[in-house]
Amino acid sequence: MIKVILLVAITGAAAVLVRGRRGVRHQALRRLGLALFALGAALSLFFPVTWTWAAETLGVGRGTDLLLYLLIVAFLGTVATSFVRFQELQHQVTVLARELALASAPPSRKVAAARAGGTTAPVRAGDEGGPRSSDPAGRP
Amino acid sequence: MLDATSDDPADTCVVVPLYREEEVVGDVVRGLRRSFPRVVCVDDGSGDGSAREARRAGAVVVEHPFNLGQGAAIQTGLQYALTDPTTDYVVTFDADGQHQVEDAVAMVDTLRRGEADLVLGSRFLDGRTQLPWLRRLVLRLAVAHARATTGLAVTDTHNGLRAMTRAVAARIHLTQSRMAHASQLLEQVARMDVVHVEQPVHILYTPYSRQKGQSLWNSVNIITESLFR
Repeated sequence: MIKVILLVAITGAAAVLVRGRRGVRHQALRRLGLALFALGAALSLFFPVTWTWAAETLGVGRGTDLLLYLLIVAFLGTVATSFVRFQELQHQVTVLARELALASAPPSRKVAAARAGGTTAPVRAGDEGGPRSSDPAGRP
Repeated sequence: MLDATSDDPADTCVVVPLYREEEVVGDVVRGLRRSFPRVVCVDDGSGDGSAREARRAGAVVVEHPFNLGQGAAIQTGLQYALTDPTTDYVVTFDADGQHQVEDAVAMVDTLRRGEADLVLGSRFLDGRTQLPWLRRLVLRLAVAHARATTGLAVTDTHNGLRAMTRAVAARIHLTQSRMAHASQLLEQVARMDVVHVEQPVHILYTPYSRQKGQSLWNSVNIITESLFR
């Protein structure tokens, strides 16, 4: 029984790693989970036997063992979500730093000539690219 | 090639991702500029004299404010190259001196003749490149993986020497900042409907490049980077 639960939780964490979900629902679920956690923590102060009871029901044995298992799973989940958030942050930093680098780079030949001469170099359709064209989201 | 094309070499922009190569980048840029007047070095937060040496050798230098990774540097270089409306071809070329300028010239010639939109360098198409067996094995595995995932019949996936048309360059969006960008590039190319060919290139493994070059440990990093994203 406990093995199934743990396996599902670990798979869930791995799924977050591979394909991180974001959005309102996700955030709401996280907050609900946090509220439940606080409630559970407070309740277990008053009814510590519930852990032993839950552990026996799940076939773990002792309540402390169950808590340890849950802690490990929670830690894995934290690692997974923070990894995903870190990746996103890194991507944003990259895009930002690139814009900065391109903005402070010397203008390319024709762009410079056009600015100096006042005549615009012929730009072919769809070629207006340049640093501004980078997709800020940037994800494929 | 032999048919005297009046094509101006200035229609080609060479992008050189640059990270801590102050000893050799000057010679690399000077060598390139004998065939390609326009060389853009993207200094990836080297913190040494790399940017200065590249500039002194006649390259335009775009400087990342801090180290972002080779993939990010290539992407920056491509975007910079595209700011010039006269750029018709873009070449990516490593800063450590292991690529040959003649190979790059031959690749651009292939593009000029309209035989392909993208030319990828491969060190496995002829016997010129000598490399240690373990490195060869790891590269072969990477090739097998790329063939399986992208369906492209390539023979060398981690080769920094490539030439592409403007249209292809504009459609590449590398988000794998570190080293997994080589596979990502191939994935994106596989989704485009473009003609790509491979061209034999010679990779010169000098004691310098061997000492500087990627450790094989990095292949572990590459695999995890492409798995978790």
